[in-house]
Amino acid sequence: MTDAALPRAGVSRSGLRRFIGGYGQELIVLLAIVLLFVVVGSYNPRFLNDTNMNSIFAGNAYIAVAAIGMSMVIISGHIDVSVGSMIGVIATIAGTLAVSGYPVWIAWTVPVLFSIFVNAGVGALVAYMRIPSIVVTLGMLSILKGGLISATGGAWISDLPPAFMIAQWRIFGIASPVYFMVILTILAALWMRYSNFGRAIYAVGGNMEAARAAGLNPERTVVGVFALHGLFAGIAGLLFATQLQVIQSTVPPNLELTVITASVIGGVSILGGVGTVIGSTLAAILFATIGSALVFLNVSAYWLRAVLGLMILATVLADMIRRRRST
Amino acid sequence: MTARLIRHESILAVLTVVALALLAYQSDKFFTADNLLNQGRLMAEVGLVALAMTFVIVTAGIDLSVGSILGLTAILLGVFWKNVGLPLPAAMILAIACGTIAGYVNGLIITRFKVPPLIATLATLALYRGLAEGISEARSVRGYPEWFFFFGQGEILGVPFQLWLLVIAAIVCGVILAKTPFGRATYAIGANETAAHFSGIRVNATKLWIYAAAGFLAATAAVVFVSRVTTTRSDMGTGLELDAITAVVLGGTSIFGGKGTIIGTVLGLVLIQALKNGLALSGVKGDGTIIVIGVVLIGAILASAIFDRNKGG
Repeated sequence: MTDAALPRAGVSRSGLRRFIGGYGQELIVLLAIVLLFVVVGSYNPRFLNDTNMNSIFAGNAYIAVAAIGMSMVIISGHIDVSVGSMIGVIATIAGTLAVSGYPVWIAWTVPVLFSIFVNAGVGALVAYMRIPSIVVTLGMLSILKGGLISATGGAWISDLPPAFMIAQWRIFGIASPVYFMVILTILAALWMRYSNFGRAIYAVGGNMEAARAAGLNPERTVVGVFALHGLFAGIAGLLFATQLQVIQSTVPPNLELTVITASVIGGVSILGGVGTVIGSTLAAILFATIGSALVFLNVSAYWLRAVLGLMILATVLADMIRRRRST
Repeated sequence: MTARLIRHESILAVLTVVALALLAYQSDKFFTADNLLNQGRLMAEVGLVALAMTFVIVTAGIDLSVGSILGLTAILLGVFWKNVGLPLPAAMILAIACGTIAGYVNGLIITRFKVPPLIATLATLALYRGLAEGISEARSVRGYPEWFFFFGQGEILGVPFQLWLLVIAAIVCGVILAKTPFGRATYAIGANETAAHFSGIRVNATKLWIYAAAGFLAATAAVVFVSRVTTTRSDMGTGLELDAITAVVLGGTSIFGGKGTIIGTVLGLVLIQALKNGLALSGVKGDGTIIVIGVVLIGAILASAIFDRNKGG
């Protein structure tokens, strides 16, 4: 053992510790996913087959994509409780355009632009009129949900053109939503970490007045964050619309809460200023894995939500205990 | 602060009167005693929850699990009575006790583990609804005895039972929030929790009481709900939390805590119910009415923000 070796070992160990400290929540979620795959896979190997992997990853990718935008909104110190209804509205607009004979690219871009536009409007009300985001988005939730049901009358859209089904493409045997999820997560994570705008989101969420004093424009940042959230919600809506052969006029109940929960379990602090989109995507995968694992472990379908709820609660409590210890 | 509150409530009161006048003009069925009393009946369940929600939001908290507590209590009521074989009054008391405990557990998670209320109740929203689904296994319980329907369908002096319940609960809550040390502690916690703690207010105990009360009122609403619709299902009360929060916020309670009144919440409730009913009577379908509620919510808060800014300069 030489003198020179010691400090270097010390440095790399503290570097590792800093890495674990910085990504603690993400690592816990990743560990939980791996553990579930190992345990459930050895109990029932069918858990690991293609069909099931596909339903876990591809079937829930739209939640992960929506959670990317939601994480940005929460990191900037705000929240959006209307995203579930927005996904339903986007799916219906896209489907209606597609079956009315418009070119496919119009059926894709119009609803996404609509989502960006509406969310930027929400952001403007939040940033410039100082209305709490939970109030504005609560109102939007009513407007979008009511608009959706009155416009469709509860009817399903079927006979969708095959070219429109963006979520059913396969590249190298893997369904396209998985690519969307992975690529968008990586892009968003890099962008949040290294771009000026991305860092401004953290600054505004951490302390708005300090951000202003540092020369940022918090209002513009908030509008930008909501517009971006609209983009991700738009893509999530398209994936949701095209994963089945029909578009239902309803979305899974409490979808907005599922998206928010994914962000929060992934390590985004509801108080703003902290978290990464990698965590939220991992958490969305974790939920899907838990849901599927319970089926393979022969847990009665009626108890799925109770077990899931218990696990969310356990994760939250563990996180709070961990955070208290670290401070 | 008081001036701001009074102004918001005045705006709301004017809005309510205008809405009532317009609706009465639109349809001659609207301003009949029968219709108004019936609307009171429909308002009671959300109303009871909104009263407790006012306290929760005044402490700068939120409770998203109330709809799930309502569903869980409804299921437990059916199970205790039909499957366990308890007499119905005992089943009612036990089910309401369980709902109260569910609210108390929310309070424990929030005060002991310092979990932000939004996250804590998001988790218990999933947990309590999951328990309701698991326990019921999608079976509904029917066949309640005739006397039980009094709570949801009966009348005292021509006024629906649950409207009495709501009015009494509103008066009790209003007095507690405005006139007692407990109410002042609630405001103090919402305005500045640390300062409240250092001025000797028992912050955690107060919050525990409030979240337990939210569970209690949601559970009471569950009994009224079951009695009104004569059956129990595990999806009862889904989305109720957002209706209650809308009424409270429309009523001028600040989502950041420290400000708000029960009178405001009651006005918010009346306005929402009047709009729902009036629009339905003038031919707007049920789902169209919730669009209007969304617009009114954003509009009312926007109006109050603009007035506020003009005065503040």
